[in-house]
Amino acid sequence: MLAIVAIKCGLLLLVLLGFLVPAASWIERKQSALMQDRVGANRAEISGARLAGLLHPLADLVKLVSKQDLVPEGASRALFELAPWVAVIPGIAAFAVIPFAGVYPFADESVSLVAADIDWGLLHVLLAAALASFGAVLAGWSSNHGGARLGAVRGAAQVVSYAAPLGLSAVGVFLVFGSVKLTDMVVAQDTTLRLAGVVEAFGVAVPGWAQGFPFTIPSWGIVLQPLGFLLFLTCVLAQQGRPPFDSSESGGELAGGYRGEYTGLRGGLFDLADLLGLLLIACLLTSIFFGGWAIPWLSTDAILGGLAPFVGEALATIVCVALHLTSFLVKVLAMVWLQLLIRGSLPRVRYDQLMDLCWKRILPLSLANVFLTASAMVLVGAVG
Amino acid sequence: MTLISAQVYLFYGFAGLAVLGALGSWLLVRNAMAAVMSLIVTVVSLSVLYVLMGAHAVAALQLLIQAGTALVLLLFVLLLVNPDPGGFGTRDPGQVVIQIIGAAAALAVGFVIAGTVSVTLPLPAEAAPGSGGFRELGVQLVTVYAVPVEAVGLLLLAAVVGAVVQTRQEGR
Repeated sequence: MLAIVAIKCGLLLLVLLGFLVPAASWIERKQSALMQDRVGANRAEISGARLAGLLHPLADLVKLVSKQDLVPEGASRALFELAPWVAVIPGIAAFAVIPFAGVYPFADESVSLVAADIDWGLLHVLLAAALASFGAVLAGWSSNHGGARLGAVRGAAQVVSYAAPLGLSAVGVFLVFGSVKLTDMVVAQDTTLRLAGVVEAFGVAVPGWAQGFPFTIPSWGIVLQPLGFLLFLTCVLAQQGRPPFDSSESGGELAGGYRGEYTGLRGGLFDLADLLGLLLIACLLTSIFFGGWAIPWLSTDAILGGLAPFVGEALATIVCVALHLTSFLVKVLAMVWLQLLIRGSLPRVRYDQLMDLCWKRILPLSLANVFLTASAMVLVGAVG
Repeated sequence: MTLISAQVYLFYGFAGLAVLGALGSWLLVRNAMAAVMSLIVTVVSLSVLYVLMGAHAVAALQLLIQAGTALVLLLFVLLLVNPDPGGFGTRDPGQVVIQIIGAAAALAVGFVIAGTVSVTLPLPAEAAPGSGGFRELGVQLVTVYAVPVEAVGLLLLAAVVGAVVQTRQEGR
């Protein structure tokens, strides 16, 4: 039991740090280059092979490790050295509850492709994200630099303010799927809704000729919680300090904000925390609102039932796992692309606008969303 | 080492850490940042104690609200008012005496409460599977504890309104 957990954690670390993070760093560079009409990183080479800049994450690592490691004068040394790790470690731990694929029967065992399917699911992610924010605050405090301190003040206020609407915007999803576990949410999205059935659910009689209306839509979170999706996206970007809500580290104005004094490997850890945030948001949006590993219009039962008679159950299961992993990866990449698109197109939100947006717009809207969702569920009789 | 004895060791370890953290946040008050760090130790240790009691939901909420929000808010205030080290919380002897009396009183009250609770609540041999989850906590909060929850909500609302009124400047 313990061995399986250890293997899963090792595998997760390997996939995350060995594949997803370098890939995300390459995508981040190439897409921002594309959006600014540049070529982008393409100079790193190993004996002439450049691979369109794919070697740059490796080159970055070598550079960061070999750079001089500075601690500014008057800095509080212990906290200064601790801060980047505080930012990175919860960021990695958050991925423990992300379901990369479902639960599959293999021989007599059932294999689940999530590192830890714990009871409080999504709250574990919110928790880890909140703990990671200590890193930024500690860094800003310990750097003994005005810009860093100002960045930390902004970052702390941002995290505290957006924690409430972030939780509230997820409540609608909890209600719809009846669970706080990401694994349960994805399983609930592995089906389709009959459009006629959706209309009937709101008490509108569907005429006879439309009863056999064949069109169905996947029961994804974004279909059931469209307002919830927009609110959650905004809040999670702001809570993680991703652009356009990155006034805590704004390069042009605070010279890097809370992380301005960091060089070498410690600065690299903050870069890593940034990339982990990018990936985490993508994984969350995928799992909650875009069906996770589920393939639209093709449920797990349909895949297994369709393949098993021809290739045997074991092979059918393996194919199913591969399809689900691919589906998850494609959706995560799409969500990474969406975030980078937002980063490339929207100007940075000013700090007071950020606070206005949170307390005057998003908080009331997310409360309204909870109320509307709960009312709709009672009206259509989904409860009780 | 059986599972039960491991739990006992963990309990004493983290209970000790919680007390040390709380003590530290008092002793280190001259260095406000260190005091907050010390408080984090207490908050995290308490959540481990909740896990040991099988109350996973409470532990998660403890970390999410206390560590993730309340302490970040504390750090925010610290960064904002920027107390210079040493200028914050100067202790005169009379104050220390009052603080010690207060701590002793709190300890006495704690012992009284602990005595009653351990008499009235026999320790469960084994937490039932599925207990300590969010569903159960939610049901308890809106049924058995509905009135206290609403009362606390009202109290907090009054505090918020009071804070807004106090900080509002006239003529703006």
